[in-house]
Amino acid sequence: MTRAITDTRRAGAPLTSDTPKRRRSLSRHHRGWLLLFLAPWAIGLTVFFLYPLAATLWYSFTDFDGLATPGFVGLRNYVYLFAKDPVVATAAYNTVWLVAVLTVCRVAFALAVASVLARLKRGVGLVRTLCYLPSLVPPVAATITFVFIMAPEGPVSTVLGWLGIEGPLWFSDPALAKPALVLLTLWGSGEIMIIILAALLDVPKELHEAAQLDGAGPWSRFRNITLPSIAPVLLFAVVNTIVFALQYFTQAVVAGSVASGSTFPVGSTRVIGYPADSTLTFTARMFDEGFRAYHMGYASAMAVLLFLVSFAFTAVLIRQLRARSPEAVRS
Amino acid sequence: MTTTLTTQRTSTRRPGGQRFLHWVAVHSLGIALGLMFALPVLFVLLTAVMTDQQALTADLWPREWRFDNFATVFEAAPMLDFFVNSVLYSVAATVGMLISSIPAAYALARLRWRGSNVGFMLVIAAMMLPPQVVAVPLYSMWADLGLTGTLWPLIVPYLVGDAFSIFLLRQFFLTIPQDYLDAARVDGCSEFRILYQVLLPMIRPGIAAAALFTFLYTWNDYFGPLLYTGTNEESWTLSLGLSMFRNTHKVDWNLTMAATVLTILPVIVLFVFAQKTFIRGITFTGVK
Repeated sequence: MTRAITDTRRAGAPLTSDTPKRRRSLSRHHRGWLLLFLAPWAIGLTVFFLYPLAATLWYSFTDFDGLATPGFVGLRNYVYLFAKDPVVATAAYNTVWLVAVLTVCRVAFALAVASVLARLKRGVGLVRTLCYLPSLVPPVAATITFVFIMAPEGPVSTVLGWLGIEGPLWFSDPALAKPALVLLTLWGSGEIMIIILAALLDVPKELHEAAQLDGAGPWSRFRNITLPSIAPVLLFAVVNTIVFALQYFTQAVVAGSVASGSTFPVGSTRVIGYPADSTLTFTARMFDEGFRAYHMGYASAMAVLLFLVSFAFTAVLIRQLRARSPEAVRS
Repeated sequence: MTTTLTTQRTSTRRPGGQRFLHWVAVHSLGIALGLMFALPVLFVLLTAVMTDQQALTADLWPREWRFDNFATVFEAAPMLDFFVNSVLYSVAATVGMLISSIPAAYALARLRWRGSNVGFMLVIAAMMLPPQVVAVPLYSMWADLGLTGTLWPLIVPYLVGDAFSIFLLRQFFLTIPQDYLDAARVDGCSEFRILYQVLLPMIRPGIAAAALFTFLYTWNDYFGPLLYTGTNEESWTLSLGLSMFRNTHKVDWNLTMAATVLTILPVIVLFVFAQKTFIRGITFTGVK
């Protein structure tokens, strides 16, 4: 950042406002302000983004344990990561599973709910608030809520019992723990709903009316009018969910710990992934390796892999932002 | 099948009776959705006021209403300390974010300098970065400084600019017509006065949204407090304390639910007072 500014000064190029017509050179005084405005962020970017990224890359080639000086071990961490670690394979599978299932379910569910909200004529405010509020609930509280209501003696089992169905064990069943996490996540996807709802309401009504007069059915109108109009928002929702699912941590770790009912503290190696490693996500394993076992070099190699994958998806979003006018994203 | 049927139906104007049926169907769905989203919290509230014995049963409705559970929670765990830590973290982070991020967002949105585009891309990259990626070097940095176990590693990053807030504020700065800035410059305003006296009042909704989201994010944060304060119970925040609640104190579901309610409450209160800001802020973050 700083270098770019010095270059400008040396070249004598004036800092200009938007259009060349209004070109007005800013005085040295103004450049001082620019530097001052950018300085805190430039420091933050260096210390909390660029430096740790570079350091993670370096550590991934070492046997860093958090204490001793890191020793260079070449590609050993990566060889172990890709070829020899059965636990990390499970963790990667769980995360890929969550990415795939969550992306489809969360976007489809949010679109479905938003479509209903867009058609409501009375009580929109109340229903919209009810749909949105769960996304504000702290993830830890939401997770404990779901582990409780889906517990064997919990309300979900009770209600299923009235219908004559024996409720499954959900968070204590290795086959159903991840689906239960998906339900929990859908419950809290109100932000995506609101964003899609806003896009749906922006679709010009006249287009729908004209198509309807021409005899286009609801599905055809959805495919040919609604979908193209809200495509950028859907792409945003997809990328947002992928990046969100790649770093899935809190809900998985807390659910495993609370459902296990053990007295080991949350984040302890003993309860991460309960039941039977079915909720062991990639980031949970990374946390375990780095900060419980102090295999920080190995955890760094995992971090590099996570960074590359999530950055690939972020790049899609950035490309879209560049193609269109600079609009928006949310992590 | 459905497609062809509805095509026929909608090819002419929908008759009144059918429109009414459509209305009923959509509104029933709406009510069902509202209930679906509300029920989990309702179950939590009901369990929070049960006796510890009843909370273990399949009952949904409390036989006797034990509102004193909310007081007992504070004896079962240092909830008040957790609450104070959460407030410290969230308020300090929010104030620090505003001081550091508003000027940066302005410089990125409204001042032309070589590299401002690269700067914007860096903001997005930082915003989308999973926090776990940079955890190892940052943890050892804070450990070297002897500050792990305190709230400092959580707060300091916000004092030097928060990527998401810079991004959001930049979006709001971009909505201001250039003429305002030009007029102020012609009048001889310094960039500082332009920012603080001309622009800030105009982007008040954006500032409110950025503050709300930062407060909410830090209040809900779990990974940060677990990483940096996990070993020192004195620095635990509400989210972290709540996650440890059932395990460390071996307490019952009713108290766990009461603690859950207490953790959710501040967020709900915040929403009630700032509903419009929330909704506007969110729609501003979606790609339009």
